[in-house]
Amino acid sequence: MSFGGRLSVVLGLLIVVIGFAVWGVVGFLLPQPATVNFTAAAPGAPIDMTVQTVPAIGFGFQPVWVSYLVKNQQGQWIHSTIWQLPAHTRINVTIDQYDSGSPLRNQNWGRVQGTLGGQATYNGKEFSTYNSYSDNGVGHTFTVPALNLNVPLVGVSGNATNPCGGAPCTTNFDHNAMKFSFVTPGAGSYSWQCFVPCGGGYLFGNGGPMATLGYMGGFLKVVA
Amino acid sequence: MSADGGPVASPEEGTGASATKQPRHIWRIAAIWLILAVIGDVLFYTLVGPHVPPGTMTESADDNQFDFNVLFIIALPVLIGVWTYMAYSLITWRASRKGVPDPVGGPEARTNLGVQVGWIVTTTIIVLGLFTFGTVRLITGNGSGGGQGPNPIWSPTSAHILPVQVIGQQWKFTYRYPTFGGFETSQLILPVDTTIEFHVTSLDVIHSFWAYQLSVKADANPQQDNVAFTETKETGNVTVRCNELCGIWHGAMFNYGKVVSKDAFESWATNTEQLTAANTKLLPPYALTYVPDANGAPGLYYPDNVDPYSNSELYGATPGKPTPAG
Amino acid sequence: MTLAAERDSEVVYPDPTPPVLGGFQGLPSRPGWFSQHLGTAAVLAVGGYLLGHWLGNWMTSGYDNVGLAGVNAVPVTAGLLAGVVGWLLGIGALNYPLAKIVGMEPRPDYESTSWTRFFRYTADHKVVGMQYVIGVLGFLFTGGLLAMAIRTELLSPTSHVFGPGTYISVVSEHGTVMMMMATSVIVGPLGNWLIPLMIGARRTAFPRVEAFSFWVFTAGYLVIMSALFYGGFPTGWTGYAPLQTQAGVAMMSYLIGFAVIGLGMMTAGFNLAVTIINYRAPGMTWSRIPIFVWAILATCALLTLATPTLVAAGLFGILDHTAQTAFYVTEHGGSSFLWQNLFWFFGHPEVYIMALPGFGIVAELLPVFTRKPLFAYKVAAAGMIGVALLSFFVWQHHLFQSGINPDMRPLFMLTTELISIPTGFIFLVGMGTLYKAKIRLEVPMLFCLAVFFNFLIGGVTGVFLSDVPVNVTVHGSFFVLAHFHYTIMGGLIFAFFGGLYYWLPKMTGKTMNKKLGKIHFWLMFIFFNLTFFPMFLIGLLGQPRRVFEYAHNLQALNDFASVSAFVLGSSFLVFVANFVWSIFIKPTPSPANPWDSLGLEWQTPTPVPYYNFERIPVVLSDPYHYGEADAPSVADLGDGTLVAAGASSPASVAEDPRPPAQ
Repeated sequence: MSFGGRLSVVLGLLIVVIGFAVWGVVGFLLPQPATVNFTAAAPGAPIDMTVQTVPAIGFGFQPVWVSYLVKNQQGQWIHSTIWQLPAHTRINVTIDQYDSGSPLRNQNWGRVQGTLGGQATYNGKEFSTYNSYSDNGVGHTFTVPALNLNVPLVGVSGNATNPCGGAPCTTNFDHNAMKFSFVTPGAGSYSWQCFVPCGGGYLFGNGGPMATLGYMGGFLKVVA
Repeated sequence: MSADGGPVASPEEGTGASATKQPRHIWRIAAIWLILAVIGDVLFYTLVGPHVPPGTMTESADDNQFDFNVLFIIALPVLIGVWTYMAYSLITWRASRKGVPDPVGGPEARTNLGVQVGWIVTTTIIVLGLFTFGTVRLITGNGSGGGQGPNPIWSPTSAHILPVQVIGQQWKFTYRYPTFGGFETSQLILPVDTTIEFHVTSLDVIHSFWAYQLSVKADANPQQDNVAFTETKETGNVTVRCNELCGIWHGAMFNYGKVVSKDAFESWATNTEQLTAANTKLLPPYALTYVPDANGAPGLYYPDNVDPYSNSELYGATPGKPTPAG
Repeated sequence: MTLAAERDSEVVYPDPTPPVLGGFQGLPSRPGWFSQHLGTAAVLAVGGYLLGHWLGNWMTSGYDNVGLAGVNAVPVTAGLLAGVVGWLLGIGALNYPLAKIVGMEPRPDYESTSWTRFFRYTADHKVVGMQYVIGVLGFLFTGGLLAMAIRTELLSPTSHVFGPGTYISVVSEHGTVMMMMATSVIVGPLGNWLIPLMIGARRTAFPRVEAFSFWVFTAGYLVIMSALFYGGFPTGWTGYAPLQTQAGVAMMSYLIGFAVIGLGMMTAGFNLAVTIINYRAPGMTWSRIPIFVWAILATCALLTLATPTLVAAGLFGILDHTAQTAFYVTEHGGSSFLWQNLFWFFGHPEVYIMALPGFGIVAELLPVFTRKPLFAYKVAAAGMIGVALLSFFVWQHHLFQSGINPDMRPLFMLTTELISIPTGFIFLVGMGTLYKAKIRLEVPMLFCLAVFFNFLIGGVTGVFLSDVPVNVTVHGSFFVLAHFHYTIMGGLIFAFFGGLYYWLPKMTGKTMNKKLGKIHFWLMFIFFNLTFFPMFLIGLLGQPRRVFEYAHNLQALNDFASVSAFVLGSSFLVFVANFVWSIFIKPTPSPANPWDSLGLEWQTPTPVPYYNFERIPVVLSDPYHYGEADAPSVADLGDGTLVAAGASSPASVAEDPRPPAQ
């Protein structure tokens, strides 16, 4: 083969290799759930946020996985757990829990912590500790470890007549409305997750949706 | 390991006549080594030594800092010895330097019993010395803050020991204080001047409890009680990190704790006990290990047809040793 | 004894018959598009995967428990295993056994000079060696790119380039790929290529097994890379259960990948060990074999004896996933300690699998570049055997804080520290050889000297880790990470590149560019140290391994390490450019013996003939008689040529490269 031939073979191979590497990085390593941005109407004004947890997301590559969804400020349900919030702002959170529950592995997560007043409401009733052995147990929790914020999300009865099958769920389906408020800290990235081992089919229930960004854990991106 | 110049001294005699014409390389190397090693060790001990992690907040931290310094003071001369020798060789005997004689091969250049035996004896002495030192420090340090499993063989004799249980789960550490009604909290608060007995266990996969400033490190294994001791000496902040890869949020599995005065601890503990009483009643009774259900909340992994959250198995306490009294 | 008498006294010659490759009579005897090569291997691998995947789904349909689980690992397991079988079938690795089974006569290997031989299953150890060179470099650079991704993420303590799950996958993939590569990085390319030449043999003992080890190694690469497509696995290269059991199907890529690579390690090790023991030329006594051969022998013993544990442990893991056994799940009667013990029982010998060949290269090269005999040859050989033996008795030092039997801690502290004695022999050998030498600072020599510098730091910090009290602070932190990168990358990989620069002129007949070689060396050496030395401090200051978030006060050190790592990574581009340009695009023929070495491998013509030696040489002395006025000849090549051991000086080397056989 001539010099030019060898050179072009090498360059061709180089392009193929670089192509593979770029495809691997862009296609498999970089993709992340979209960041859902929340802004206050006026500086310091409280932000209302609506979130739901569904027993099965119903679409995507794992349709049976449980998941969180969030409603953005344009009113659309977004399948993302990365939420951008302004710093030092009161956030009024409503979490509609459509999933059924069970007793907690660690009842410590039955305690409401870190919210304004140390309270949350469960279908309008205030509570500070939820007995997960009673009624329908706890479906999920909303927990930000770094802020010591924890709210148990009471499960819907397993015998509910009108359970929601796929996301996004509307409030016509059986659900529990959990409400609480907290104040965002200074700027930073704070991971949050659910502490109920709800990854069905995975050892200890902590694989699958529990171990995948966008389902049962994510980040609060607090910006100044 | 050792390169302290000594054992390498004898090739000089081996080369015979040429030794008289050539500089006494080994003595030069030894001299350079001695000066650099002494300077290095003194500088390290005075300037760096007192600041070596993990500090002096507890007995085990203090011990480990001392041990690190001792090892470093032994290691530095070894490093300097080899580097000095290598640098000297490269400068003196590089082929590009004018007047470097052709090397002399033959049996003298192949083996030298004195050097070889000297090397082996020296390294063996250093190694056995290090082993003895490490073992003595490990035993007298009550395990040096490391996890000793369910039946620790090196225990402190202090009359007042505060037991604290560390529960690792994906992905958070919580702490239970059995002597205060067994309440569970996210904060690690410890009294100063107290011997602490950590009981580390896990509800799922393997974690590792690393309280950095306390110099305590113990793996959290499911259904395993891993005991580690330390004695707090100073008040201050403590960083706790998970030290064993435990999945997606491993990097976020850290929290902060405090060593506070005994009074402050007492009031914090009794306060928290009252505040969390309603929740504590719902927790399983304090036990050394808990049985996590391998299936998780929705079940499905093992086809055992057991309701995964029947009350008997729930985060279930297994009868272990009786609750330690404080 | 006269030469003739010595020759006559030797009656048993190694088998001179051509190796038999296998294959069916119906296939074309000469290669063409429709014979077996890389392309057919790829096609059958894909076909096998699809078939296995379908079969797995068919088997598990109807089992609700498995079907509903997010972790139905059976199709992926069956697919990957069938894919590996298809790959081997396609390349022709199974021709011989299959032909024998159906009673057909296998076909002898043919001598080929076509470039296509590098894409085929071949019984020529020199071709397999070159295939391995490209294979391990591919492995190494893949792992290196993943390392760049890791350091990119760690540029910032809290803001993230990758998601936390992806980051852990990248870390795990990097570790696993690198560990797989490192087990074969010297044994595969240089071991296979050089050992028969060094011991005067015409081939290795089991040429088909040797070729099998390479093709199964490449299958392992494809299997482990498939993990990224399944979403990655979260366990790091250590794969600790029960996290392993919890992970998704990508874990199967890890378990099957390691099992497949393990098969390659065992076969490669077994083949070379048998070759070294049985195929030495007449006169190649145990005290005359090159020190590199000792190193490979010790390594092969470890490869053969330690790896089965890993394969068995991996099988348990596969069963935990597919058949839902509970080897590693405490609640159902298993133990989370079981994997740790099995894994490290393999894993620690493996660490020395990655150290010994490096020592071998360094000890082999030093005499050539110092023009002196190797100092303390017997101590060096004994040290390698000692390291190999002791390495089986240290594994629990990885579990000092795990809660396993604390009373064993002093014992494992002792064995771990004892192993530093035979390991330290390499420094005795090196320093003794440098004494009153005439040191030629050629590119391979620079890499060897760097090994001494790096491995010293790696070894000494190992003593810190072996001390149980200090281990409490440094265990599992970046300190460990820096330590083993100093030993494996600073030792093994530096030695590997030294060996490549040294032997590539022989292997390819082309000269590598010296200036580019030096640029590569200095960039790699300086930035290797700037990358990994700060990590000792990062670890001491409290950063655990494999975290995507770290304390803000460690950002400066981490950024420094990251930027250095990027330069370190780019230094390999210099090597690639040099390699491709000097060997392929614009080749410059190399002198027959560019370094003026006495090694037997340099006395053969270039390119080395298919059967290496026209006549089996008679070895008369070891190849280290440098600097001796009336040194004995090294070998009698059979046509009356004696390989002389004159006290040649570097000056004469440059002007008068010795032809291979005058």
